[in-house]
Amino acid sequence: MWDLLDPYHYEFFVRGVLAATLAGALCGLVGVFIVLRGMSYIGHGLSHSIFGGFAVSSVVGANYYLGAGVWGLASALAVNAIARSKKIGADAAIGVITTASFAFGIALISIFGSRGASFDAALFGSILGIRPLDLWVLAGVSAGVVAIIVTRYRALLFTSFDPDVAGAHGVRVAATDALLMLALSISILATLNVIGVTLVAAALVIPAVVARMLTHSFAHMLVLSTAIGSVGGFVGMNLSYHLDVPSGTMIVLTDAAFFVVVLAATSVRRLPDLAVPAPVRAERRIPIS
Amino acid sequence: MNATDYHGHGHGETPSGTGESLITLTDVAFRYGPAPVLTDVELTVRRGNFTGVVGPSGSGKTTLLRLLLGTLRPVAGTIDRSPGLRVGYVPQLESVDWNFPVTVAECVLMSRSERRVPWPSRRERAELSAILERLGIGDLANRHIRALSGGQQQRMFIARALMCSPDLLLMDEPTTGVDFTSRHEMLHLLGDLNAAGTTILLTTHDLNGVAAHLPSLLALNHTVIAAGGPAEVITASVLERTFGAPMEVLQHLGLPVVLDPGPHLAPVRARRTG
Repeated sequence: MWDLLDPYHYEFFVRGVLAATLAGALCGLVGVFIVLRGMSYIGHGLSHSIFGGFAVSSVVGANYYLGAGVWGLASALAVNAIARSKKIGADAAIGVITTASFAFGIALISIFGSRGASFDAALFGSILGIRPLDLWVLAGVSAGVVAIIVTRYRALLFTSFDPDVAGAHGVRVAATDALLMLALSISILATLNVIGVTLVAAALVIPAVVARMLTHSFAHMLVLSTAIGSVGGFVGMNLSYHLDVPSGTMIVLTDAAFFVVVLAATSVRRLPDLAVPAPVRAERRIPIS
Repeated sequence: MNATDYHGHGHGETPSGTGESLITLTDVAFRYGPAPVLTDVELTVRRGNFTGVVGPSGSGKTTLLRLLLGTLRPVAGTIDRSPGLRVGYVPQLESVDWNFPVTVAECVLMSRSERRVPWPSRRERAELSAILERLGIGDLANRHIRALSGGQQQRMFIARALMCSPDLLLMDEPTTGVDFTSRHEMLHLLGDLNAAGTTILLTTHDLNGVAAHLPSLLALNHTVIAAGGPAEVITASVLERTFGAPMEVLQHLGLPVVLDPGPHLAPVRARRTG
């Protein structure tokens, strides 16, 4: 039998579990906005393009956060510029830029080999790849993202629900969108070591989708999605150790298991509010004045 | 109560053209592409007005609302707003994402977006429940937005607009997707809001059910065709110029009634000319 507490004697594992729990929670939190705004593909694209930056910094021996951060920003700007030119759509621009960046990264590493950081770890996440610095960066990014979401909560909600009306009510829509893109980018950057380039999109989307099936309230969805993400990260990292499978893989599979269970449970018991469409009915007279 | 009662007491309570100017459009033009959507629009929205904008689809009604809101800028002409003007906007029900996970209370509080924490203050909570009560949806605060009837959904968006104490309430087709009784209630509600001091400008397709009961109207077809009370605007000649089709207008209980230029029109005409 496995001794479930055994790995907790290793410092690297404790660090890994902490990082995975935090990374899962962070992705769950940001993922709510990504899912509700239909931005899943942007998250997928951003993580892939950041891999190009990871490869460059690994080959030249530069700091990962600096290299991948600058690279990710450059790709986002390139996507924006190409989409703005209106020659091709934004989704096609994301497809071209980010997959080219990903392919470039793989080519670089295949030719020169990577120094230090492991290729597999960047793709699928690794329990061994988490240094104390990574944990600190992750904690800092989480605090920053929580601060953004708490202080701009209503503006973020309004622009996600109805950007046109939000603008009409004086919300600075473009600035709010930019803030959310910033939160998404730094979240991906900070969680890449734990979850991996190819799996970050799933860690962003699944907890939010599961939470959506459980509630009709936006505030509840944020809390639930964060909780589901953190449990997914915690359980996934433990499974990763015992099964000797990359951490990102097990985190995403744990999230997916939640999805299946909740989908089955909510199919049996439909949410009462939406079980039947509300009838159009005459309303009582409203006394006013 | 029927719809004509509203007209009876609605008139006179909202005299047009007396209050201070909230927004003035001078020679305003707008285009999205090469074809102009609006040209030479002259319009003054005064405090206390309750105005309906009528016109065919594509006549520029929604564009006019957006210019008034300030989310679109005119390509020519000027728009003068009174300083510190607060505008509330009520969108068309069709434009809303009804699957979005948001409760009535969460939706109404959105318009207080300057608050730096997610939860409402005690004062906001009191205002929220007062406004919801006033609009007759006080017991629905924790419902999901899709679990409401059309009329209740419309009132929720009015509540959202009222949360920021607007001087001017702009509404895009507030009676579309709402049944007859709710439409009637909506008109009463708006009349009472107007009497309590809110300036209202709405667009509508419904000439008989809505426009004929409003104190002032604006007929729009890329420019202002006519402005005034229903008696001046709902006339055969103005409607023909606005909608580009001949329409017959009868008088019934002191209200203009527009005959639907549908399948009935041809046989009636044929009998007359034959």
